[in-house]
Amino acid sequence: MPTLTQILFFFFAACAIGSAVAMVTRKNPVASALWLIGTFFAVAAIFTLLGAFFIGIIQILVYAGAIMVLFLFVIMLLNLGHAYHADIRGRGWQIFAGGAALLIVALLARVFAAPELPHPLGSQAGPEALRNALAQHGTVGVIGVPMYTEFIVPLQATAMLLLIAVVGAVVLAKRKV
Amino acid sequence: MEAIPLQYSLGLSAILFAIGVAGVIVRRNAIVMFMCIELMLNAVNLAFVALSPYAGVQGQVFVFFVIAVAAAEAAVGLAIIISVFRHKESVDMADFSLLRW
Repeated sequence: MPTLTQILFFFFAACAIGSAVAMVTRKNPVASALWLIGTFFAVAAIFTLLGAFFIGIIQILVYAGAIMVLFLFVIMLLNLGHAYHADIRGRGWQIFAGGAALLIVALLARVFAAPELPHPLGSQAGPEALRNALAQHGTVGVIGVPMYTEFIVPLQATAMLLLIAVVGAVVLAKRKV
Repeated sequence: MEAIPLQYSLGLSAILFAIGVAGVIVRRNAIVMFMCIELMLNAVNLAFVALSPYAGVQGQVFVFFVIAVAAAEAAVGLAIIISVFRHKESVDMADFSLLRW
């Protein structure tokens, strides 16, 4: 008998997979973008079900909010919403894509179904360690405290990367520098 | 959070990643290919979050970095698409064969 959480998980998993398939198969790029937003919302719900509340909110804010608005903005800037031509490749490519997808699912399923995977990887890992950390630091602190102590160098590198990306995007998209 | 078996969420992550790969192969519109890449990044994020109760909370910190890199990639990639569109009046990958022999 599946619990309520599992029923919700299956519902949102079906939503995510269906939206992703619709995203790949729609001809109109605007429709593709909207289906991708649906996928992001379903994955955010699954993050919440898995206990990562803050990641779920960030997923909605950053992915479904910021990044997809950027995509839709570029689609409408380039005026691709109408007068598009079908850009899905022919039958041979479709069979190749389906084969590649099945191969990836099979390989990953073989790795993920390994029996030794679910046991905790360290002394300070494991579900009850995570629960203790959540009780001690809260939903945001459980991510923020390691981010600003252990991972301060990658955080600074990410800041540099974002700065470079902003400058690069302006340089690339401007007509005359 | 233990109510969902690990295999289910990892399997969903694998399926979403495979759909993204199939989309990159089957589409020719550069923007839709970018969206498929975002889908693949999101599938990897799902695997990180699903494994974080077992491998430590570092998985959720990594998801943050992946989201930041995805945002940077989207900004630069869309800027490249805009500048290519200005030259070719197209976002179809079949028209971008300049570097292909």
